[in-house]
Amino acid sequence: MSGHSESILREPLITGQNITYAQITEEILSPVENKPNKAWWIGFILALCGATLWIVSVGYTFWFGIGAWGLNKTVGWAWDITGFVWWVGIGHAGTLISAVLLLFRQNWRNSINRSAEAMTIFAVICAATYVVSHMGRPWLAYWVLPLPNQFGSLWVNFNSPLVWDMFAISTYFSVSLLFWYTGLLPDIATIRDRATGVRKKIYTIFSFGWSGSVKTWQRFEAVSLILAGISTPLVLSVHTIVSMDFATSVIPGWHTTIFPPYFVAGAIFSGFAMVLTLMLVVRKVLGLENYITMFHIESMNKIIILTGSIVGVAYLTEFFIAWYSGSQYEQYAFINRATGPYWWAYWMMMTCNVISPQLLWFKKVRLSIPATWILSIVVNIGMWFERFVIIVTSLHRDYLPSSWTMFYPSWVDVGVFVGSIGVFFTLFLLFLRVLPSIAIAEVKMILKTASEQSKMKLIKEGHLDKEHVAEYVESLEKFDSVKQEDYAKI
Amino acid sequence: MSNIKYILGSFGDPDEMLHGIEKLQENNIAIYDVYTPMPIHGIEAKLGVKRSRLDVAAFFFGITGTITMLTGVYLATAVDWPVNIGGKTHFALPDFIPITFELTILFCAFGLVGSYYASTHLFPGRAPRVMDLRATDDRFIIAIDAKQNTEHEKIDELLKGAGALEVKHNERKYLSYE
Repeated sequence: MSGHSESILREPLITGQNITYAQITEEILSPVENKPNKAWWIGFILALCGATLWIVSVGYTFWFGIGAWGLNKTVGWAWDITGFVWWVGIGHAGTLISAVLLLFRQNWRNSINRSAEAMTIFAVICAATYVVSHMGRPWLAYWVLPLPNQFGSLWVNFNSPLVWDMFAISTYFSVSLLFWYTGLLPDIATIRDRATGVRKKIYTIFSFGWSGSVKTWQRFEAVSLILAGISTPLVLSVHTIVSMDFATSVIPGWHTTIFPPYFVAGAIFSGFAMVLTLMLVVRKVLGLENYITMFHIESMNKIIILTGSIVGVAYLTEFFIAWYSGSQYEQYAFINRATGPYWWAYWMMMTCNVISPQLLWFKKVRLSIPATWILSIVVNIGMWFERFVIIVTSLHRDYLPSSWTMFYPSWVDVGVFVGSIGVFFTLFLLFLRVLPSIAIAEVKMILKTASEQSKMKLIKEGHLDKEHVAEYVESLEKFDSVKQEDYAKI
Repeated sequence: MSNIKYILGSFGDPDEMLHGIEKLQENNIAIYDVYTPMPIHGIEAKLGVKRSRLDVAAFFFGITGTITMLTGVYLATAVDWPVNIGGKTHFALPDFIPITFELTILFCAFGLVGSYYASTHLFPGRAPRVMDLRATDDRFIIAIDAKQNTEHEKIDELLKGAGALEVKHNERKYLSYE
């Protein structure tokens, strides 16, 4: 591996000259080994306030029951399931980046997979808390498991998508956790071997005695590849099953066969947007511009255009099929979405998910950090509205016009949702402090093949096609971390 | 001289280390192990580490998951408490594909990672068998058993000739982690 050089036509994945292995360790571990700065504390305190709000709101829900929410007898499912699906969707990018991109040998995953997987795990935790809190009697949460019991045994209904969902989410969470933690072992060992005192003891326990011997690494790579192979269908199955929560019902607007692929594309779309929202800040604050380069950002933006467009096509298909079906209930559900009392939510969804991501076709927008950051947040606002539109507008005007009504969230609904964002950021900020935000070993792997310095060396050796070199140098213009004057001389 | 247990050649570059391995092997010096901060493709073949059989294990763990779910669901829905749902068959196989798939993946992943941890002796709190602290940072370490290979000076020369930045003579096998 280390003997081969990558084609000069590919953009570098690590920028900067004279980067050494020691420097990679040093730079990635600096937030872990040093005291946090002011920005971290401000973020952490804000996130903690959010998490406190979550505890209060969920505590209130547990004490008084889900009557504390704005639900009524027509709209029996609203912000709770919206929040759940939103979080599960966000939780798709991590495994997608670490598994699917590993299978496709996309080396640019190496510097973003760790944070993306951490984000996945925290997003799935947020989603899981929704499942438990909207059960009404959370102390009976174990009833979703097929456990032998004294009622017969009366088993769970294995035909129900809600039971499938329980299996899917818990499998997804635990497999993602295994994948993430196994990948972390070498990096925890790096921290361990540099630490002293109590820190060394703690990291020793969590490093599982990692030594980095040949056999360990060889098995490690085999395990990563197999886990990637099984996680790829897993990640696709999770949102498929989430969509079946709706698609197997007989509610107009839910009962469509397009839901599984449409939900999966939406999940990837929102997951990558969240990765961008987080990584653009992390990159700047932690000074990781050399590892998370403009190439990484542009690649993620391209995935966002693709998945955003798939989602757009799905919206239009849904609308067409509603008309084509000839079912007046189905037709009304869609007319009502676009022009009924919730028209603003529908058009919010359309604008944020379909129209604004198209701006990324422009190279200028794709390569602008502020524009990308704002668009990534817009996408997640749009994805929240998508779930809200699907769920609430399909329910609020049901078959019986006398029971038509609107949904108004109570403060507890808002508190649970805003609070869950606080929980997410609390966990993410803690992660940045105690574990490396970039997979150190994986970045070291590509230093000799895909870094700017290795390509510079190739250019200086001078056996390359002039046109290829010119093309390469041109591709470097977009990088904010590359010094152009280094190339002017050549 | 005789107290030396292990000779460590510490390289700053993976290609130089691979070169060092070749040099040692040409001179019939057995290598105890190699410690690197990242996976280096190609050393396992040089050192004769056999192909991993974890993929075979993973397959059987996965199949166990499939069988467990299908049997469990069959017992619950068709034997123990059959429920008549619109006159449909009790064991409605298509409905159980998603959960069977999930359990297959779950068993496969846990079995695989469990076997990996067991076969490479990784578990929480295990004292790390570390010979050089920089092997997880920026050094590529070749370890040679000094008791079996007694030509210490020749080994030193070979390692340095291949580009080792440092050669260490350790009197203890592992660094103390107490």
